[in-house]
Amino acid sequence: MNKNCFLYRAFDLYYDGFRHMTVGKTLWIIILVKLFVIFIILKLFFFPNFLKQHASGDEAGFVASELTERANP
Amino acid sequence: MQNLLLNIDAGTIDWSRAQFALTAIYHWLFVPLTLGLAVIMGIAETIYYRKKDDFWKKTAQFWQKLFGVNFAMGVATGIILEFEFGTNWSNYSWFVGDIFGAPLAVEGIVAFFMESTFVAVMFFGWKKVSAGFHLASTWLTGLGATISAWWILVANAWMQYPVGCEFNPDTMRNEMTSFFEVALSPFAIEKFFHTVISSWIIGAVFVTAVCCWYLLKGRNTKLSIESLKIASVVGLIAALGAGATGHKSGQTIAQVQPMKLAAMEALYNGGNEQGLKIVEGIEVPYGLSLMATNTLDGFVPGINELLNGYTKADGTIEPSAEEKMMRGRIAIDALAAYRKAKADGLSEDITNSQLAILRENYQYFGYGYVKDKSDLVPPILINFWAFRAMVGLGCLFIVFFGIVLILVFRIPLVSIITRRLLSAFGLLSETESDEVSPQAILPAWLCWVAIAMVPLAYIASESGWLVAEFGRQPWTIQDMLPTWVAVSNLQSSSVILTFILFLILFTTMLAVEINILLKQIKKGPEL
Repeated sequence: MNKNCFLYRAFDLYYDGFRHMTVGKTLWIIILVKLFVIFIILKLFFFPNFLKQHASGDEAGFVASELTERANP
Repeated sequence: MQNLLLNIDAGTIDWSRAQFALTAIYHWLFVPLTLGLAVIMGIAETIYYRKKDDFWKKTAQFWQKLFGVNFAMGVATGIILEFEFGTNWSNYSWFVGDIFGAPLAVEGIVAFFMESTFVAVMFFGWKKVSAGFHLASTWLTGLGATISAWWILVANAWMQYPVGCEFNPDTMRNEMTSFFEVALSPFAIEKFFHTVISSWIIGAVFVTAVCCWYLLKGRNTKLSIESLKIASVVGLIAALGAGATGHKSGQTIAQVQPMKLAAMEALYNGGNEQGLKIVEGIEVPYGLSLMATNTLDGFVPGINELLNGYTKADGTIEPSAEEKMMRGRIAIDALAAYRKAKADGLSEDITNSQLAILRENYQYFGYGYVKDKSDLVPPILINFWAFRAMVGLGCLFIVFFGIVLILVFRIPLVSIITRRLLSAFGLLSETESDEVSPQAILPAWLCWVAIAMVPLAYIASESGWLVAEFGRQPWTIQDMLPTWVAVSNLQSSSVILTFILFLILFTTMLAVEINILLKQIKKGPEL
């Protein structure tokens, strides 16, 4: 591949950059662990979409009944 | 009290609020430092670009390294807020969906990709791209973060001042009628400038503290002094700018959120020629009237006027809380009747008449959920003291950066006068008062003060958010949706569990970040 072409240079920027990281390696490990905890553990097990679970496809109807019923406790 | 009247777990509301506050406060530890350091590293690299002096390249790289640590630790901490919208605040989330969707989508697409592209060039591209392109990438990384903040602040500003939308009772959503009205609302613009400029203070305070630590240790003197020059200029301009934008914000709040202003001032009975309280019992005469109306005798309503109704300066009458609550209930009843009529297939005349009632009273929709007008008053103590912490520390930063600037720039005459004044007050030894070595350019006590300024800068910044968010209570969306209606009907135990999980996760991550940052600071620049 022509080393002056844009794609090669863009690839080389990232490839070489990642290879020569020092503190960056630690930071990337932390970022990956954090993303795993946030998206896999927290999102899947602790933060479900409440409306999808309870509205049975009629979100507008569900929210309407929530909003009207809560005015008359 | 309001919470106990609902058919939902009373603790759910308070724990959901606490969880959101915890997440937002944690997220906001990283954002302002990112915005602030971006300016300082940008200036350092600009000087390198102009002078081609390797010292400035190393200086820029050092601040970029600390920027990188902070940037990496802040990644995705804001995403958790969006999870909470979907789980804990589902009614709210549906109700605002279209308004929030657009700014957050623009934020995600433009700002995120801009940041992630240029940050790679900034860190990996020193030997790969031209100096000009690298400099542009550094500034664009900061600009990307700033644009990102813009869209988030637009979304927040809409909750405080909902404009450019219309409520659709069929979809139960507020639908955007004008993108530009939402994106360029005066509240959003003022919030953006005040928030971003005050974030520069945190960047400047952080750099000043690191440099002062080096001066105390007697190392990296040249980098410290040159960086102090940048930080003191940025810090002073930002502190003055935050004051000016804060004043403008105060005027807008007086117009659109007068209850927040009354809570910030603990002003129960308003009137003309109102003074601005320093603390209870000591006030600046006419200060509040001037702040709110730009006139010395302007009328500022207090909590009692806002609850009981009053005549505004333009002659219009602000209804009492009772009237708003009554009209809110009419709007909610009309909404229920409209939807029932539609579901039952009744004539268009009936649905249209209910729709007309809903529209006529919609501006007070949220008041229909309020049972006791005292629930409309935000927590006074928190607002009062958070406002004073923010403003008081803001004034302190002006003095602090002013002194640092005069001393590090060695401005002829001014610097000597300042040194002699400090000496007269015993804050500088006499031998230090005129000619000093570079290492002693700042007295040791001032270096320690600079280090102590780091937590103070964060307290000021978080206090600003406390005022913004506690001040609009009980509303998630001003006048439209109170917290106890916005919240999902969850078990409080599940919210408590995730609150504790977050507390552990955030504390651990913060400890890791501070540890890495301190290691990098101790290691210092690779000069």
